[in-house]
Amino acid sequence: MDDLKAKYLSDIANAGDENALEAIRLSAVGKKGEVSLKMRELGKMTPEERQVAGPALNALKDEINSALAAKKAGLADAALDERLRTEWLDVTLPTRPSRQGSLHPISQASEELTAIFAELGFSVAEGARIETDWYNFDALNIPGHHPARAEMDTFYMHRAAGDERPPHVLRTHTSPVQIQSMEKMGAPLRVICPGGVYRADYDQTHTPMFHQVEGLALDKDISMANLKWVLEEFVKSFFEVDDVELRFRASHFPFTEPSAEVDIRCSWDNGQLKIGEGDDWMEILGSGMVHPKVIAAGGIDPDIYQGFAFGIGIDRLAMLKYGIPDLRAFFDSDLRWLRHYGFQCLDVPTLHGGLSR
Amino acid sequence: MKFTLSWLKDHLDTDASVDEIAETLTDLGLEVEEISNPGDRLKDFTLGYVKHAEKHPDADKLRICQVETDEGDLQIICGAPNAREGITVVVCKPGMYIPGLDITIGVGQIRGVESFGMMASERELELSDEHDGIIELASGAVGDRFVDWLEAHQPAKVDPVIEIAITPNRPDALGIHGIARDLAARGLGTLKTPEFAPVAGTFESPIKVTIDADTLDGCPLFTGRLIRGVKNGPSPQWLQDRLTAIGLRPISVLVDITNFFTYDQNRPLHVFDAAKVTGDLRVHRAAGGEVMKALDEKDYTFAGGQMVISDDTGIESIAGIMGGEASGCTDDTVDVFLESAFWDHVQIALTGRALKINSDARYRFERGVDPEFTIEGLHRATQMILDLCGGEASEVIIAGDVPDHARAYKLDAERVQSLVGMDIPESDQRQTLTRLGFRLEGNMAHVPSWRPDVQGEADLVEEVARIASLTKLQGKPLPRVTDGIPKAVMTPQQRRQQMARRTAASLGYNEVVSYTFIDQASAALFGGGEDAAMLANPISSEMSHMRPALLPGLLQAAARNQARGFMDLAFFEVGPAFHGVEPGEQHNLISGILVGNTGPKDVHGAARGVDTFDAKADIEAILAAIGAPAKVQILRGAQSWWHPGRHGKICLGPKKVLGIFGELHPKVINAMGVKGPVVGFTIWPDEVPLPRKSGATRAALGQRDLQAVERDFAFVVDAEVEALTLVNAASGADKALITEVRIFDEFIGGSLGEGKKSLAFTVRLQPSDKTLKEKDIEAVSAKIIAKVTKATGGTLRG
Repeated sequence: MDDLKAKYLSDIANAGDENALEAIRLSAVGKKGEVSLKMRELGKMTPEERQVAGPALNALKDEINSALAAKKAGLADAALDERLRTEWLDVTLPTRPSRQGSLHPISQASEELTAIFAELGFSVAEGARIETDWYNFDALNIPGHHPARAEMDTFYMHRAAGDERPPHVLRTHTSPVQIQSMEKMGAPLRVICPGGVYRADYDQTHTPMFHQVEGLALDKDISMANLKWVLEEFVKSFFEVDDVELRFRASHFPFTEPSAEVDIRCSWDNGQLKIGEGDDWMEILGSGMVHPKVIAAGGIDPDIYQGFAFGIGIDRLAMLKYGIPDLRAFFDSDLRWLRHYGFQCLDVPTLHGGLSR
Repeated sequence: MKFTLSWLKDHLDTDASVDEIAETLTDLGLEVEEISNPGDRLKDFTLGYVKHAEKHPDADKLRICQVETDEGDLQIICGAPNAREGITVVVCKPGMYIPGLDITIGVGQIRGVESFGMMASERELELSDEHDGIIELASGAVGDRFVDWLEAHQPAKVDPVIEIAITPNRPDALGIHGIARDLAARGLGTLKTPEFAPVAGTFESPIKVTIDADTLDGCPLFTGRLIRGVKNGPSPQWLQDRLTAIGLRPISVLVDITNFFTYDQNRPLHVFDAAKVTGDLRVHRAAGGEVMKALDEKDYTFAGGQMVISDDTGIESIAGIMGGEASGCTDDTVDVFLESAFWDHVQIALTGRALKINSDARYRFERGVDPEFTIEGLHRATQMILDLCGGEASEVIIAGDVPDHARAYKLDAERVQSLVGMDIPESDQRQTLTRLGFRLEGNMAHVPSWRPDVQGEADLVEEVARIASLTKLQGKPLPRVTDGIPKAVMTPQQRRQQMARRTAASLGYNEVVSYTFIDQASAALFGGGEDAAMLANPISSEMSHMRPALLPGLLQAAARNQARGFMDLAFFEVGPAFHGVEPGEQHNLISGILVGNTGPKDVHGAARGVDTFDAKADIEAILAAIGAPAKVQILRGAQSWWHPGRHGKICLGPKKVLGIFGELHPKVINAMGVKGPVVGFTIWPDEVPLPRKSGATRAALGQRDLQAVERDFAFVVDAEVEALTLVNAASGADKALITEVRIFDEFIGGSLGEGKKSLAFTVRLQPSDKTLKEKDIEAVSAKIIAKVTKATGGTLRG
């Protein structure tokens, strides 16, 4: 039996491939294999002989099976190793190209400021780009002869001959939405109105269309001090800085009283803007307490309700925050610009995760 | 509005510096746009004394001067003819910047002799064009600053000029006196009122004035008088200096005096040459069609109702806006008729706008001048004419009356706190208003005649807060709307736009924002471009019509980028398009285009030309993202800018179009200057129905443990038969059992013959209660075959 064992273990060890191994298995422990045949002979043995030969044969069979399995695994590993040796890739080759999409900075900035104002309880209202002159001017305390009308560089829509109505205008601000929101929702009210607006002006810092967000808050006891706080909080949150200093300067808008232009403390260093430090002041927005006539035009009693309104350029905010130099490029759709200043689809601004990366 | 510091100091007694004044003005709402301080560039120059001068050994015209300065004696070579011993000069030491030469002077060698700096001429210091010699001063000590010397002897040369922006509500600040009043109210000095005494007339004015009854509402008051025997000509230097400093061209003393009061007191005046006025003056409304040449030498044709001033021969002045050339003053004028009138701001604004005249007078009258100052202005101007031109004044002619402007509002001291949030004692509030010219009677504040903008209690609050300074305002938290966690604020439509944007970006599209007005030709290609959609005053023909769709803007973007060498493009836009020109006749669209290849050529051979199925995949992904139902119809027959055979309308019923995808028509692409083909899509997001259910709960998941079975079928059908017809037919064979029908092969022509194609599909069967047996599968297969055959007229492929 030791001879058998020695022979087969040696054969297994020397087997060159799976076929040879299978042949050894058959001749050893196959149905008609040498070990199997010997086990059949057990029946003819005396009980005493069987008691000795049985376990020995079983042990031999197990040993051969184990050796076969081990050798088989070894051969498979060797074969795989051999295959893998030929499977070499130049992994420095580029991948299949995939297009990188992007969001426009105006969309991103709009979502950022929506997130901030939502936190303060402001909902989002939108309106029409073509407006009646009543909503764009009269309701905002800018009557027909008011010099502010001439200063607005308004685009007017063509009127067909015989149509004697005053021409509609391309809204010069999103303020008409304030009136419409008052009409629709009444007071108390907190709403922001983002969207495209128009002025007939085109140079380095002006485009005939740009984007604005207006805010309106009405209640019985809202004051200009609340306005200042809201703007401070907004600017801190939007520009992601710990501290800002705002300067309110008396000014005039027909639709607010008192009115203030708001400057932000900043510094310019090598063309880089830093918010909240330095010795420069930069005008960023106009604001004030809503004029009683405007509140009345929105169908709300100005003796009961008061509140503030402000307007900021969205494009301008994006320029300042993201260091974009030229307003005109916003609307030029240059692929290089869109890629450079655009945002990825998963850059969703949130207050809990941060507005920007 | 421009003024000089010295002019301001005629009205304000103050020691404040220019910078303090400028800062205060801005804070008061009179925003400083520019300060130009000519003294700034001269501040380093000091006086020197030429102790000794001798001829340069090698040059006849040069002198070697020994100049005593605050830093010791300097040797300076000078070529000026007046450079000589014993004069006081302005020294430019080495290292100093010479503004008129735009150089920094250094130590030099002139023909072998060293020179340390220079002595300046007026031109070199930008004081005048004088360059015949160096500046020679009659006084001054060595080391004195030249600016100080100028301030003491020629103040106009170093008078700082301040330019401020005036908001439309502040006509009073269009006069320097009004600006001084604001500064004084803030406490930056004391308001000075230049002495005033009415000038009595010595004879009756030969020119009389009447105002037509129908014009009294536009011209409630007209005052004037004749001044005879004047001598016109150039103004005295001080007056010329003042006007020049603020950017006005001196013309003649009579005209300059009217300009002086326009700026000094916001009191526009007019002077007629009395010799050119025939008969009396009449203020009336134009009949319409009259023509007058104005002082700007342009002819103006009047519309009926516009206010004018006529004499017996015709119109001589556009009332309150601009005088006529014919009756204007010249250097030869001897008798002058001086006008000081009050005009209604609305009528001046409308006439000025209609005639397109921008004059200082119109600018002021349409904002509102002080009606009470009408006569005082006349007297003050008379006095100045008599002082500067001589002559003799007639009695004053007055037509009409000072209009009633009296009004008073209650000063509620608490209101400043409740509206602005600043705590200002009532006594301070009253003092502020008093300093601004309000008259307080109890708690009623009577508005001064020069403040037409003050029209209510809120204006009083504004004045008090403005003078107190809004910079002192401290922010105060805005209370939350609810005590709890804020609710979502976006509407479903707003959410959809956001989802659409981010999905499109994830699919590799770059978002663009384009102008909502485009050129007529491009608009017309996409169903727009009609006159109604036109702007009355576009800034260019490229931006003349409201866009009927987003695709033209995207194609223009593609053309621009192709011109820059970028050929593989994927752009999208989300925004409004216009189906009419009434407010609200706009709708939101989401459009995208793909141009060129799916990517640059690559080692894996993956890049290929974009095709309609790329556009379809993307529109389906975006529609899914914004919550459109999965089961839709795909119809044909979209507008002419789509390829007639390669597009589909994604519909819920024939009239409910959610979107269109496909290839754009080659002719349209060509007309837009784009190298095609271009595929793209448009979605009408507001057409996608809002989900009916409320709440976030999902339906229970019907997960089956029984094994699903798949079976393949292939049918030969006519080439025009659409795959969706076949899929719908197969799906309908057993709605409970069939969970999916998926086309996996299309084969056209070949052995099938002309006009035929083979479509192969897999049907997935998912039993719910018992395992499928072969006969069950055969039964459902038979139903599928029958349904598809009936729906398509095709035959099962053996």
